[in-house]
Amino acid sequence: MGTLTILGLVPLIGSIVVAVGAGPSLKRAKQLALLFALITFGVAVYAISQFDRSSTEPFQLVESHQWIPTLGLTYSVGVDGLALVLLFLATLLVPLVVIAGWNDVEDTAELPSSDGQRPGQVRGYFALILLLEAMMIGVFVSLDVFLFYFLFEAILIPVYFMIGRYGTGRRTYAAVKFLIYSLVGGLVMLAALVMLWFTAADVLGSPTLFLPDLIGLPMDAGLENLMFWGFFIAFAIKAPLWPVHTWLPDASGSATPGTAVLLIGVLDKIGTYGMMRLCLPLFPEASQTFAPVIIAISVIGIFYGALAAIGQTDMKRLFGYISLSHFGFITLGIFVFTSQGQVGAGLYMLGHGLSTALLFMVAGYMIMRRKSANVADYGGVVKPAPVLAGMFLIAGLTALALPGMSTFVSEFLVLLGAFTVNPWLGAGATLGIVFAALYVLLLYQRTMTGPETDQVRGMPDLNLRERWVLAPIIGIVVFLGFYPAPVLDVLEPAVANTMEWTGSSDPETELTPVAEGSQP
Amino acid sequence: MIILPLVEPPPIELPELDWLLLGPMALVLGAAVVGVMVEAFAPRSSRRTIQLVLTFGSLIGAFVLVVLAAGSGGPVMASAAVIDGPALFLQGGILLVALLAALTMAERHVDPSGDAFAARASAMPGSEDERQFTARGYLQTEVWPLFLFAVGGMMLFPASNDLLTMFVALEIMSLPLYLLAGMARRRRLLSQESALKYFLLGAFSSAFFLYGAALVYGFAGTVNLGGIADAVTAQPQMSGLLLGGIAMIAVGMLFKVAAVPFHSWAPDVYQGAPTPVTGFMAAGVKVAAFGALLRLMYVAFAGSEWDWRPAFWVIAALTFFVGSIVALVQSDIKRMLAYSSIAHAGFLLLGVIAVTPEGLAATMFYLVTYGLATVGAFGVVMLVRDDTGENTAMENWRGLGRTHPWLAGAFALFLLSFAGIPLTAGFIGKFSVFAAAAAAGEGWLVLLAVLASAIAAFFYIRVVVVMFFSDPVGDGPAVAVPSWFTRTAIAFGAAATLVLGIFPQPVLEWAAQADIFIR
Repeated sequence: MGTLTILGLVPLIGSIVVAVGAGPSLKRAKQLALLFALITFGVAVYAISQFDRSSTEPFQLVESHQWIPTLGLTYSVGVDGLALVLLFLATLLVPLVVIAGWNDVEDTAELPSSDGQRPGQVRGYFALILLLEAMMIGVFVSLDVFLFYFLFEAILIPVYFMIGRYGTGRRTYAAVKFLIYSLVGGLVMLAALVMLWFTAADVLGSPTLFLPDLIGLPMDAGLENLMFWGFFIAFAIKAPLWPVHTWLPDASGSATPGTAVLLIGVLDKIGTYGMMRLCLPLFPEASQTFAPVIIAISVIGIFYGALAAIGQTDMKRLFGYISLSHFGFITLGIFVFTSQGQVGAGLYMLGHGLSTALLFMVAGYMIMRRKSANVADYGGVVKPAPVLAGMFLIAGLTALALPGMSTFVSEFLVLLGAFTVNPWLGAGATLGIVFAALYVLLLYQRTMTGPETDQVRGMPDLNLRERWVLAPIIGIVVFLGFYPAPVLDVLEPAVANTMEWTGSSDPETELTPVAEGSQP
Repeated sequence: MIILPLVEPPPIELPELDWLLLGPMALVLGAAVVGVMVEAFAPRSSRRTIQLVLTFGSLIGAFVLVVLAAGSGGPVMASAAVIDGPALFLQGGILLVALLAALTMAERHVDPSGDAFAARASAMPGSEDERQFTARGYLQTEVWPLFLFAVGGMMLFPASNDLLTMFVALEIMSLPLYLLAGMARRRRLLSQESALKYFLLGAFSSAFFLYGAALVYGFAGTVNLGGIADAVTAQPQMSGLLLGGIAMIAVGMLFKVAAVPFHSWAPDVYQGAPTPVTGFMAAGVKVAAFGALLRLMYVAFAGSEWDWRPAFWVIAALTFFVGSIVALVQSDIKRMLAYSSIAHAGFLLLGVIAVTPEGLAATMFYLVTYGLATVGAFGVVMLVRDDTGENTAMENWRGLGRTHPWLAGAFALFLLSFAGIPLTAGFIGKFSVFAAAAAAGEGWLVLLAVLASAIAAFFYIRVVVVMFFSDPVGDGPAVAVPSWFTRTAIAFGAAATLVLGIFPQPVLEWAAQADIFIR
């Protein structure tokens, strides 16, 4: 059994143990969940240490077994740099979410819920988190498109219950909306998957969906376009991109902070990851053909998300819109077809995951203290809870991509990629940063500064557990802001492969590309 | 005066009977006949026990025989039937489904007054007789032989090699079901109405089938499916007799599988029939009738596939769209499941239209997964009750996930399988049917089917929402505590749905090895 299989199995077993085998003690269940999450992180770190950066193999740690030979389907896993970065993100955030959400279920019980119902059980919540982790890992390491799809769809089930049973406010509505959007996207992808399956059977002689065999598969242009859109629509809904984003604010507004971190910070990366892992290598021609359309959608998303964020009164919905804006940057980076853009997009996925985690966790602490996500209920938090306010500011600064934060490096690379393709595009997208400053600083000003509101007076500051959860994330964000080389080093070979598969090369330019690891 | 020459009459040739291949059917039908005798001669007190032993013994025995016979095959009974790979696979599926259905039929603990069937089907609903029979705790044990006859008919149906045998099988399967549908213990008038409706429309469709068979005989000069296939290939130009015959036979078959526009009986019958019978009917009839339809279209009429394919495109698309869309507005669980089964008939028709070995294998796999999940789902429906019997109004299922997480979890699993979500057998079935249809050049129909799946997913999810995200109603229905009969049926259905969703290879492989009809 390979490292990656073990990596997926640990949280899966953990999920079962927490759900049925943890005994009556809730505390024990939580401790077990944390233990399994930490073991998973350990295995992930081991996998990363096994990864050979100098290798020219597109995928490493590959493991492949027959699964459904009748249909030519295999259980195949392997990683490249991009998958590795996302594995790190997912396995890092899960234990932190477990700690940060230690009392989420109990606390949520006191929050107003429009359907006025009891929350679900503690044990189920943590079991679902681990199940979700197992499936996310599976998606990131899948090398068989069928296995990818299988988990991509199955993952909806735990998320659906995490929002619908443990959320607040209009949680049922949000859960159903999330599910319907995702299912529609998934079924569109299923149609494309079926077409891909028989195209492969046609061209290669035997049916297969093993990714390395499919790269460079010759296919009819019309069919390729159809399949590209089939996959892309599913990923665009998952990411999500404007105009299929409307489930995101509802989901982020209704989910517990922990669920929101995993949903938006990690799960939504499956959308952008899928674009790079599947859409580009499988359908290179179509990807290039439709890149202008997708770039346009991305830029609209950047501005739409930013403007909508400025107008939000609910903090968690606001963060949802910020993410929408950031997803625009990621897809922009992917579809400008330059190495800077795509490396930037990869780093952006990591940075956005960490930044989202910070935002939702800090805001979550605040919301759990005062049982309100409404911006207007807060003001002057800095006086009673200076540490919380400080952390909130740092989280906001990562979201607006302040230099010194890893998000800055990625945003810079994406914009650089855009500039080399079309200066107007780069200049336009850069305006998005201005809006980012606006929504972050306005939010900080409204909630943290000014006179204390009645709600805020006497608010306890962050306790030790809460501080120590945030510390590693902030540490990584700042570290990568000054020294992004470790991540860029693993991303660059992966991006080089993708560029080669799509037959694209960096345009000639006077701008010097960023030197590896330098602080821009 | 005419003197007849004295000629030795030709000796009547007795057909060879291959008892290994005929064994499963013979065992089940034989047990049914013995069951009738038991009703006549055994004392009332021991009838139920004897019938249960007969039923389970013959079903399990037949299943073992099917497994032993797997791999062998050939025409039997002078080519009136063919026991080949697909026939054995489908018989195995039918027997499994029947076993689970029999377990739910044997349940006596959920209704305080007995099993799911009327104490005396002949007593007038609401009469003094009925009250007395119920009070004495009578059980109508005739249901068991009837059930076995229906199973025997189902097993013969997909194995029939000529149109007349097929018709006989159709009737052996259908007649007991008409009766069983009318024998519900609760809401008897509704049950009897549904039985009458089923009978009248079923008889009508049988007539269509018979008339079509006559036309095809007029065209081909034989009722043997292989002979018809030869005649079809020998005469490439259009023939009114043949087309008319195909159309009428298809009407008869499409009625049985509840394809639009021949579906209108399904919701009423599903709702009115005793729930274990509904589960058996929904699963078993679908497997058997699709098996027979596959054999007809793949063997007899494959040569004229371009004549009937366009009509089947329209019917398939209509079926999955009407089924999915009408299911959206249902507020009764049983009716919702009925429309869901209509939608599934549409998806299954994709495999029929493919006319490829892959299409056959995929359809057979789909049928088995659908059948097991269906019996399981109706098994759950049996258990949610109030004073007047089962409570199938969806609003009364609120909060079931909180009060009975395992039961609701099993039901959710069946629904997710119907919706075709990964980790369930329904997904593998759907993928293989869609893949086979796409490979056969039906890409556009697959796209439409995917669209219909998206609509269908919505109403399955709605039930999950009701069960898990809503608070239980105060004085709502209670969940009856079932005996191990129903527990086994639901647990087996759920386990099979999950296992076939993750490790489908053994069953898929069996289906793929059995993907050729012997002519």
